[in-house]
Amino acid sequence: MSETSPARPSLWVRYTSSSPLVVTFFALVLGLAFGALVIVTTTPAVLDAWRAIFHGWNGLPHALNLTFNNVGAAYRSMFTGSVVDPQGLWHSITTGNGWTNTLTPISETLTYATPLVIASIGVGIAFQTGLFNIGANGQAVTGGIAGAVVGSMLHMPEIVHLPLTLLAGIAGGMICGAVPGVLKAYTGAHEVIVTLMFNYVTYAFLLFMVLSTPFQQPGQQNDIGRTMDHSAQLAPLFGTSSGLRVSYGVFVAAAVVVFAWWLLNRSSLGFDFRVTGANPSAARASGINARSVIVVVFLISGGLAGLAGVVQVASTTHYVDGGFLIGNAGIGFTAITVALLGRNRPMGIVWSALLFAALGVGGRNMQATTGIPLDLATVIQSAIVLMVATPVLVKEIFRLRSAETTTVQLATTGWGS
Amino acid sequence: MELELRGITKRFGAFTANDQISLKVEPGQIHSLLGENGAGKSTLMNVLFGLLRPDEGEILIDGVVTSITDSGEAVRRGIGMVHQHFMLVPVFSVTENVVLGFEPTKSLNRVDYRQATEDIHRLSRQFNLDVDPDAIVENLPVGLQQRVEILKALSHDAELLILDEPTAVLTPQEIDSLMEIMRSLAAAGKSILFITHKLKEVKAVADVITVIRQGRVVGTAEPSASESELASLMVGRDVRLTVEKTPYDPGDEVLEVRDLVVLDDRGLVAVNGVSLDVRAGEVLALAGVQGNGQTEFVEALVGMRPVQSGTITLHGRDITNLTPRQALDVGLGHIPEDRQRDGLVLTMSVADNLVLNTPRRAPFARHGTRNLSAVNENAQRLVRDFDIRTTSIQEPASSLSGGNQQKVIVARELSRSLEFLVASQPTRGLDVGSIEYVHRQIIEHRNRGNGSLIVSSELDEVLALGDRIAVMYEGRISGVVDPTASRESIGLLMAGHTTETASV
Ligand SMILES: Nc1ncnc2c1ncn2[C@@H]1O[C@H](COP(=O)(O)OP(=O)(O)OP(=O)(O)O)[C@@H](O)[C@H]1O
Ligand SMILES: [Mg+2]
Repeated sequence: MSETSPARPSLWVRYTSSSPLVVTFFALVLGLAFGALVIVTTTPAVLDAWRAIFHGWNGLPHALNLTFNNVGAAYRSMFTGSVVDPQGLWHSITTGNGWTNTLTPISETLTYATPLVIASIGVGIAFQTGLFNIGANGQAVTGGIAGAVVGSMLHMPEIVHLPLTLLAGIAGGMICGAVPGVLKAYTGAHEVIVTLMFNYVTYAFLLFMVLSTPFQQPGQQNDIGRTMDHSAQLAPLFGTSSGLRVSYGVFVAAAVVVFAWWLLNRSSLGFDFRVTGANPSAARASGINARSVIVVVFLISGGLAGLAGVVQVASTTHYVDGGFLIGNAGIGFTAITVALLGRNRPMGIVWSALLFAALGVGGRNMQATTGIPLDLATVIQSAIVLMVATPVLVKEIFRLRSAETTTVQLATTGWGS
Repeated sequence: MELELRGITKRFGAFTANDQISLKVEPGQIHSLLGENGAGKSTLMNVLFGLLRPDEGEILIDGVVTSITDSGEAVRRGIGMVHQHFMLVPVFSVTENVVLGFEPTKSLNRVDYRQATEDIHRLSRQFNLDVDPDAIVENLPVGLQQRVEILKALSHDAELLILDEPTAVLTPQEIDSLMEIMRSLAAAGKSILFITHKLKEVKAVADVITVIRQGRVVGTAEPSASESELASLMVGRDVRLTVEKTPYDPGDEVLEVRDLVVLDDRGLVAVNGVSLDVRAGEVLALAGVQGNGQTEFVEALVGMRPVQSGTITLHGRDITNLTPRQALDVGLGHIPEDRQRDGLVLTMSVADNLVLNTPRRAPFARHGTRNLSAVNENAQRLVRDFDIRTTSIQEPASSLSGGNQQKVIVARELSRSLEFLVASQPTRGLDVGSIEYVHRQIIEHRNRGNGSLIVSSELDEVLALGDRIAVMYEGRISGVVDPTASRESIGLLMAGHTTETASV
């Protein structure tokens, strides 16, 4: 055959054809390239420069220059706003001053990523079981409310108050997750629809809580809840005076990662989850009770979303209001994409949550310094997820040797295969 | 078509599935490939059909080197393939399935159904492949579905037909008619590559036999060679084609089934008042043409299908309507009929699949945490004992050959301590060597004083294993006979005659 591949594919070829990391990396590159295209087409000055080359090629250097400047500035501000500004870092190292400014970007990224990791892992566990928990946001909202109620209306020493607050958050999320779980297990109601609808229910519940119950901030007419006691808050890691918001919540997230890794890879329960997710018929034949798996998964998934909600409150605002986890702040929705990007694995989710957090935090800095709207970050996030969801496309674009996965799958489904 | 494969090599990572395979198929020839489970037959066929790319070697069609990059290309070159696992869309009609992917069109890209139906009529007349073009595929018995697959493969003017274990799920009658079809295709000048583990079939239709072992061609044989010659060429050692059994010495009744009524998926009565006893130290073989309620009967036994009325007792204990979990816990072993649907999780590792229904038992887990080294040790042992061919116990089950997937299930069930074994088609898709091994295991299980119920549509297997043979017909037991009964009398029972009329 003229075009057979070499007898022993090179290490690189074998690596690229197998590792999802490679696909993710190239997806990131493509996402950024796509973002650049958006910048070019939406920044009038750049667009005009490109239009000018229709009148003569001598405008090309100018157009290219302008493009690189604009795109460069955008991405630079994204990076310095979410990771670190190299100049500031150098300044701090040499003079020992300005550490707060230098560390703020990374601190913000971590602050944003912390609840995101927790919620995404909850969603990822459900995905691995073949269940779609689209209601993580609602569960995070109930978790946040429950935590804020316990944190602000009960008063006790920190050693019990903080754990109790977190537990309340978990319980809140669990209750909210249990309903779709039970409905699915016992009536067959589709979890996507029920969980999706529950997001609205919880939002209404939130407004009710912050407007018309004793939980409303005393002396307020607005939609704002009581502020949590200090003993219930997740304190900043480097102390309140440091000015850095990153909190002890990162340890909560780390604990969740370890727990999820154990659950999925080492526990008997997680084994049941994965079997159910991969082949429900075989799960049944192997004696796995689908109903209890569904309910338990929704309890865990909802509980983690609730924990994410309470961590969010306890480490940042310390109160919930009518805008809690709404719109851009809807970590429960972002969690779905983050889980997908992280392939539902705990460590994968950590990386993808950090990426998403960095894009979000950096995007805000970009908006402030270059005027390019924050939505560009969302565009890039979406492009990356799209690319990751279609690995074939990425492999085709970058001419990675495609692993023969699809055909092999085809070839191994039969009796005779 | 004249087809020649020269030095085909296919590797999966460090594992070589096909190693310098060369063979030639003449026009009008039925060329049979024989080989153990995992020998690389399906891999070779997938290479030929463009589903896998070879690492080395070339394919010559009518003397011209041809590169087949995908299955569309293969079809255009006149190659048709019937995969053992049906690749049909169940809710589509026969016509729709046959034209799928290559629809003849009228203006505006509308599918020309009239043309398609005519084509099918012509083809089915030409090759005696009787099927109703308008029938919905899921309503057809497997044998007819197989014909649809063949029609589909032939419909693009295929000159070479690949049949990968087409007979594994067919009844003896359906097999006979398939062989007739193959002969008439060959007579019409088509070439056929035919894979099967059943030596009788090979001897009946093959013109040439190529034997593959561990990815290499180890020789060719004449169809006139005896079955045991073929078997030892294939496996590389002598194989006993009959099971040695200690004399039948049954104990007390272990499993008692009384007046069992079970419904099928459509809510119709599939098992209609069946009563059976299986005694300790006995293998009861349940014979019958597929689709006479055996599937539903077995599913009811192992708790996967509700019992409408009647009772099942095991050692005097009522086990009617247990959950699958409870059925496992009382010591019922189950080898399911559809291995990929009920028996395996293809995406999970061989090691995990080997503990699929006992992940919580000692020593595989403690306090809810899995003991992976015990799981792996178990896998290592079973892979060795049952000769499961895999490059690693961490490979996903999907990478195993069909027969080796079956061995994973058999190994899992027979390796745990059982009170009773229920096995549906336990050796489906296995090579003769593996069949020998599995049969010995089942007999050992019996010799330890346990009961077994073996459902098989393979008359040879029924006669080889059964201490008594019950025949099922249309949801009832049409008779229970000794293994000394003649094949004809069992055949009559399978056709619905009762014991009185069938006794010869
Ligand atoms: N995608 C894959 N990755 C790794 N190994 C594979 C893959 N596909 C097949 N193999 C290995 O290649 C060998 C040959 O498999 P193949 O399916 O061709 O066997 P076979 O001869 O058809 O066997 P059977 O009679 O059981 O169907 C097997 O040992 C199998 O484990
Ligand atoms: Mg095969």
